[in-house]
Order: sequence, then structure tokens, then C-alpha cells
Amino acid sequence: MSKAIEIKEIRKSFGEKKVLDGISLNIEKGEIFGLLAPSGAGKTTLIKILTGQLNADSGTSIVNGINSNALTGAECRKFGIMMDNFGLYDRLSCCENLKVFAGIYGIGKERIYEVLEAVGLAESAKKSASALSKGMSSRLRLARVLLHNPEILFLDEPASGLDPASAEEIQKLILAEKSKGKTIFLTTHDMAEAELLCDNIALLDGGKIVEYGNPREICRRYNHKKTLKIHLKNGEDMELPHNEKSAEIIAEMMKNGGLETIHTSEPTLKDVFMELTGKELSQ
Amino acid sequence: MRNISIIFLKQLKDTLKNKAVLIQFVMFPLMAVIMENSVKIEGMPENFFVKLFSVMFVGMAPLTCISSIISEEKEKNTLRALMMSNVKPLEYLCGIGSYVWLMCMAGTAIFAVCGGFTGVSLVEFVAVMAAGVVLSELIGGVIGIFSRNQMSATSVTIPVMMIFSFLPMLSMFNDKIEKVANLTYTQHLSLLINGLGTAPIKAENLLVPAVNCLFALVLFVLSFKRISKNPF
Repeated sequence: MSKAIEIKEIRKSFGEKKVLDGISLNIEKGEIFGLLAPSGAGKTTLIKILTGQLNADSGTSIVNGINSNALTGAECRKFGIMMDNFGLYDRLSCCENLKVFAGIYGIGKERIYEVLEAVGLAESAKKSASALSKGMSSRLRLARVLLHNPEILFLDEPASGLDPASAEEIQKLILAEKSKGKTIFLTTHDMAEAELLCDNIALLDGGKIVEYGNPREICRRYNHKKTLKIHLKNGEDMELPHNEKSAEIIAEMMKNGGLETIHTSEPTLKDVFMELTGKELSQ
Repeated sequence: MRNISIIFLKQLKDTLKNKAVLIQFVMFPLMAVIMENSVKIEGMPENFFVKLFSVMFVGMAPLTCISSIISEEKEKNTLRALMMSNVKPLEYLCGIGSYVWLMCMAGTAIFAVCGGFTGVSLVEFVAVMAAGVVLSELIGGVIGIFSRNQMSATSVTIPVMMIFSFLPMLSMFNDKIEKVANLTYTQHLSLLINGLGTAPIKAENLLVPAVNCLFALVLFVLSFKRISKNPF
């Protein structure tokens, strides 16, 4: 697979505050990459640098083979950027909002209805954007991003602040785009979302990448305890080590019918982040 | 050109649902029609209300509309979304500028019909209004671009708009105010409109608006450079 995004030693400070301190990453084409960090840690800054909205103090970022500093408007058309604060035209309907951008991209009307259908807003096409719920607004912003069928999607906390059902809808749409071969750069502070969606993640803290890799592999890597948590039908909880003896004990319990549930002790991404930084991801 | 027409159409649809902007285009022409047809005072100059309100209209509507449109787009980050879709700052400004100009010229048409202007007077009236609207748009554009949000734009727009739209009227009652008003383009537009077809055009009536225009253009270019460098 070739690289969709290459980031080398990116540094960015705002005044005295170092926001990004030597970030290096490679993202393959067709991959969903998740950048996990607490709010205000520099996730949005990195997206702005990658999409040419902001210049880094030093380092290089190559997106689709082109340096971010040299991106032209035509090249930006290959991106779909969904930032939390990219607003909608409140007084215009969903359809009219998309028509503005369809006109700019030179896309036919049929694509507008296709995208509205895909994000589940076909029935609200004539509803004004101001009358939409937060979840529907997010879906409309995602529809705007998908409208011109971009090669790379930059999604900045796409499901942030949404109820679980709306968040799940957004996640389904993101997975549907991945299945079409799109490269997706996602920022989130939701570990469950990252585990569900991402092929690879990077944990960002203090402007540096503190861990990188497949979310499940990372969790396995930090599984220091290697124990099994067992809940018995009599309400008792047990923790057994990973060894042959434990296997015999568990087999006996299963024969007796005393076993209710059994889980491995792998840490979650939240635990890993906590171990590495001493901070909560949702801070 | 396509992007300009898209922004123009977007603005047209948006304004039809935006009473705050829509009222700016309608208020003064409507007031002129009502007042001209309902107030008849002996000795009152011909087309008094048309001339009075048309100058107020030029000083107020384009300025407030442009600054309000740009500052709203900046506040809601829709301008950023447009720029990331490869809309150039100049295309955006031309789109909203041409829209506001045409809407103001529609208002001008109402003034012209209400005032019964014909021939040279009509051409002169339309030309004065057209130039005045462009100048006010430049000033509104500068305010909109430099403002971070709608609230800060409004706080600047209101005093500026009051100076340009009300000074010509106030100068009728006070000599000192007239001296100050003589430095503004709207005062000279007022003098030109009041002398339509009767009084000769003085050099200062063109010179002062030209200097005002030059000043507005410099500010506009500076602000345009700012929006081109960082539209966000």
C-alpha cells in the first residue's frame, strides 16, 4: 500500500505553548487512522496543518504526495474536511446547503439526494439546517464532506457530543466510506470509537506521540497482568493467571456449571493512555 | 465566474429568509413611497423624501448588509468551509458584492419611479446611487473582514453607518455639522441628488467622494490581503 499521509517532525507552538513537538506519522491509503488525545491537545491543529489551513513551525507533511504548504485549491478538492466548527447555513434547507457546495464542485443534483439518502436525511431534505438536532447537523456536515467523493477524509471529532444512537450512525457512515477505499484521518477522545473504527491509532500527549499501532495490539502490549477474570454463578469473582493450572480450574468450573462469565484482563485504550501519561483521555 | 454566481444565488436564497438583511433593502424605498404619497406640505421641495431617503439608503443598506453577511460567515465558519472548497476570497466578495449592489439598485429603481425621474435626471440619479452603493460596500467589506464576529461588526457598523447616512440630513439644520458632513461622500451624493437636472455639478461634489473612495479602497485592499492570507 502507498502512503496517503506522511508527517515528519512537525512542530507547532502558540506563543510559549508547544502544541505539537516533533510529530512523525505515516498513514496508508485506505486506512482509518485515529489520533487520540484529550481536548485541547493539538488534534485540530494537526488537521489544520495537514490541510494547509495552518503552517507548521518546522517539519514536513505530505498529503496525497503534495506538501501541505503547497496545496492548491484544486488539490484540496480531493479532501473532505469535517471540523466541529465548520458551520452550516442555518436559514437554508439541508438540500440548499448541499446545493451551494455541489455547485462549487460542479456536481449534479442527483448526487445531493444520493448523499442525503446515505446519511439518512432524505426525509429532512427541505428542513432548514437550524431546525436539525445536533446528530442530524453532524450528519449534514458529513454529507457535505462526502458530496464530492473525496479521496481523503479529515474528521475532527465527528461524533463528539452526540447521543449513542447518533454516534453509531456516524460510525457506520465512516466504516462505509472505508469500505469504498477512502483514507480517513480521525481525531477523537472516545476510546471505544477508536477501537471500533481505527486500523491504527496514535496517542498524543504533551505534543508528542506516546504510542502508535493497532488498537488491539496496543492493548495486548500493555496487558502486564495477563489474568482471567471469572464471575461465578454464586456471585463470587475470581482472578486467575494465564497458566495450565488455571485452565484445569476453569474446565472443572465449566463441567460443574458454576461459571457465569470469563474475561481476559487486557487493558482498554483508556487504561493504556492513563498508564503512559497519568491522565484521563476524556479530560 | 461559476463560483461568483453560486455565492450570489446562495445569498439571494439566504436573504429571503433573513429579515434583518431584507429589511435594509426594503425599508427606505418603502418609506419614501409612503411619505411622498402621504405628506404634502406647502413649500416642501419636490421629491423631498425620495432625495432624503435615497441618500440614507446609500449610506446604510450596502454598508450594514455587507458587513453583516461577511461577519456572520466568519462567525459560523461557513466562510472557512467555502474557502476549503476552493472558493477564492475575490470570488466570494464579488458574489456577495454583486448581490447587494443589485438589490440596492432595485431599491434605487423604486426611488426613481417614486421621484418620477426621467431623461438626464434619471441617468444622473442612477449613476450617483450606483457609485454610492459601491463605496458603501467597500466600507462595509472592510468592517466585515476586520470583525471577528457579528457582534463586533455591529458595534463598528452602527456608528459608521449613522455618520454616513444621517450627516447629510443633519447638515440641513446646522452649519458646523455641514462643515464636517462636507468631508463625507454621502453629503456630496446628497448635493448631487438634490441638484438633479437643475444645479451644475461642482468639482468638489466629485472630488470628495473620489477621495473617500480612494481611502476606502486602500483599507479594502489591506483587509483583502488579510482575508487572502488567512480567510479564517
